[in-house]
Amino acid sequence: MKRKVFALRMNRILCFIIVLSILLVLGNKGLTKETELIGAGATFPYPLYSKMFDVYNKGYGVEVNYQAIGSGGGIRQLINKTVDFGGSDAIVSDQDMKEAAAPILHIPTSAGAVVVTYNLTGDPELKFTPDMIADIFLGKIRKWNDPRISALNPGMKLPDMAVTVVHRSDGSGTTFIFSDYVSKVSSEWKEKVGKGTSLNWPAGLGGKGNPGVAGLVKQTPGSIGYVELIYALQNKMPYGTVKNKNGRFVTPTIASTSLAADTNLPDDMRVSLTDTDASGGYPISGFTWILVYKEQNYADRSEEKAKELVKLLWWMTHEGQKHAEPLHYALLSKKAVEKAEKLIKSISYKEKPLMK
Amino acid sequence: MADQSIADVLALKADAKTLNQHKCVLSESSFRKILYLAAIFVLILLVAIFFSLLFSSLPAIRNFGARFLAGTTWDPVKGEFGALAFLVGTLATSFLALIISIVFSLPISIFLGEYFRHGAASMFIKSIIELLAGIPSVIYGFCGLFLLTPVIRALETKLGVTPYGVGIFTASLVLSVMIIPYSASIGREVISLVPSDLKEAALSLGATRFEVIRKVTLPYAYSGIFAGILLALGRALGETMAVTMVIGNSNFIPTNIFSPGNTLASVIANEFTEATGSLYLASLIELGLVLFIVTTVINIIGKIIIRRMGVGA
Repeated sequence: MKRKVFALRMNRILCFIIVLSILLVLGNKGLTKETELIGAGATFPYPLYSKMFDVYNKGYGVEVNYQAIGSGGGIRQLINKTVDFGGSDAIVSDQDMKEAAAPILHIPTSAGAVVVTYNLTGDPELKFTPDMIADIFLGKIRKWNDPRISALNPGMKLPDMAVTVVHRSDGSGTTFIFSDYVSKVSSEWKEKVGKGTSLNWPAGLGGKGNPGVAGLVKQTPGSIGYVELIYALQNKMPYGTVKNKNGRFVTPTIASTSLAADTNLPDDMRVSLTDTDASGGYPISGFTWILVYKEQNYADRSEEKAKELVKLLWWMTHEGQKHAEPLHYALLSKKAVEKAEKLIKSISYKEKPLMK
Repeated sequence: MADQSIADVLALKADAKTLNQHKCVLSESSFRKILYLAAIFVLILLVAIFFSLLFSSLPAIRNFGARFLAGTTWDPVKGEFGALAFLVGTLATSFLALIISIVFSLPISIFLGEYFRHGAASMFIKSIIELLAGIPSVIYGFCGLFLLTPVIRALETKLGVTPYGVGIFTASLVLSVMIIPYSASIGREVISLVPSDLKEAALSLGATRFEVIRKVTLPYAYSGIFAGILLALGRALGETMAVTMVIGNSNFIPTNIFSPGNTLASVIANEFTEATGSLYLASLIELGLVLFIVTTVINIIGKIIIRRMGVGA
């Protein structure tokens, strides 16, 4: 008797599961949009992109699904043609361009800055010169009361305390921008360490992600590290001004980050903004790009999808820009938008441009 | 459409009924086959993991050979990869954590397996210890970073070593708390399984409780306790998130237990997402292979020790 009741109950449960799965399958089919764009890549612009794509979806009915898996992952997925676009804070290397076998365009969508943050009592606003930054992160300036730091920051009481360098332990675009800058201003750094998303750090501790670095800096008196400007602003961390190529000490803000791109830009926009020669520009800045194939007819993609992608890119570099500042992202400079327009117009389907 | 789905459901329901009728015929032979299949599947999975790791790391193995294990430089920019610092970091944190955890887990096992076997208090402590195993490792990492690090820093300042706060010792402490439930739970289990007639025999000969534990319970349960410790060690070797948050992530061979270091699992987790270039990726996968082999070797050694102990007991 008991067994029968059990069997009956099992049958009922089975029935329920089957109905539920059928409903799910049917429901899913009904929900899938005709035009859905898929992107993957950099984590840095993710908050901005999710805001932009949300607004875009409401206005134009096109769903954009962006997965923040890191710049390297975004480039790899674009090369494997599993996404409609990639996101990256780093320029696609020549080697990866070769592997992709088709031209990839770099469309800038925003710019970011990396700030030097530290833990000293009173949170003074320190001034840094490029070679000072290099020598601190090389482990050559070991004390906060080093004559070079005090000479540049007169009137500030710098303690006789060891400098603890904190860097990112995970591979990241932030590290790339930072090391790209230091490589440009210090030949010793260029030779010993170089630039990349992960480095062989000559000194210090590693923290995972911006929160990891911030956590270590906040906890360790006398420490110095680097984080994204947005992260420092949101978490009210102290940061220093940096002397740029024009000899001006520039405070990192979203305005001075935008200004970094106020210079001669190449047509393909594969350009590093670090150590910019723009007079008011903050020198540790860089673009973040959306990466797309120039020729959109690949892997059985429809022309309609390609058209939607082009429309989205145009919107992101124009109307979409108004969502940048409230989220502490830097606007594209006028010159950058002009270059982006040219690039977007060059996107083609079966060699015919998608936008005139 | 709806009619069709209902028809489908009815057909499946009928199928389920016939399945129930043939239940007796199915059970004996099929049940055994399913068991065999499950067992073989695990074996295949393990072998497949090993070979996929091996094949994916071939470029790095060919390029560096034994230098990969002996090298101390990990330079993604110049393409020079050596894993020794991470291997040392992994072994140092795991064994240090193990030693610290045994100090706590063994008394807990004896307490719950011998003194407080029943009752609400025992149940309460038991579930608390099991709860420790259920806490996500990132929480341990956060607690380690924000609560433990300042304490360690104060200690380091007193001892006169560079006060980083994070490092091998901090990571080992966090790890030791994380692995206590594994060795303590199994230890408690085997201690409570010691036959009471053995213990009563010892008591009737005039042994005190402490003597019973020392001379009867522990020798009887040794191999089981050791198996629990082994399981805990395996967990410590592979732990990633909590370790990476408090170890300092510096790619040097640690010079003392307070210096920052890095582990195999932590490097993989940190660098895999942004790794570009086939040699870099292959080197990261080879780190995984090394970790796989280290874990396997330690397990095999452990099994041998357990067998020897079993014979001795």
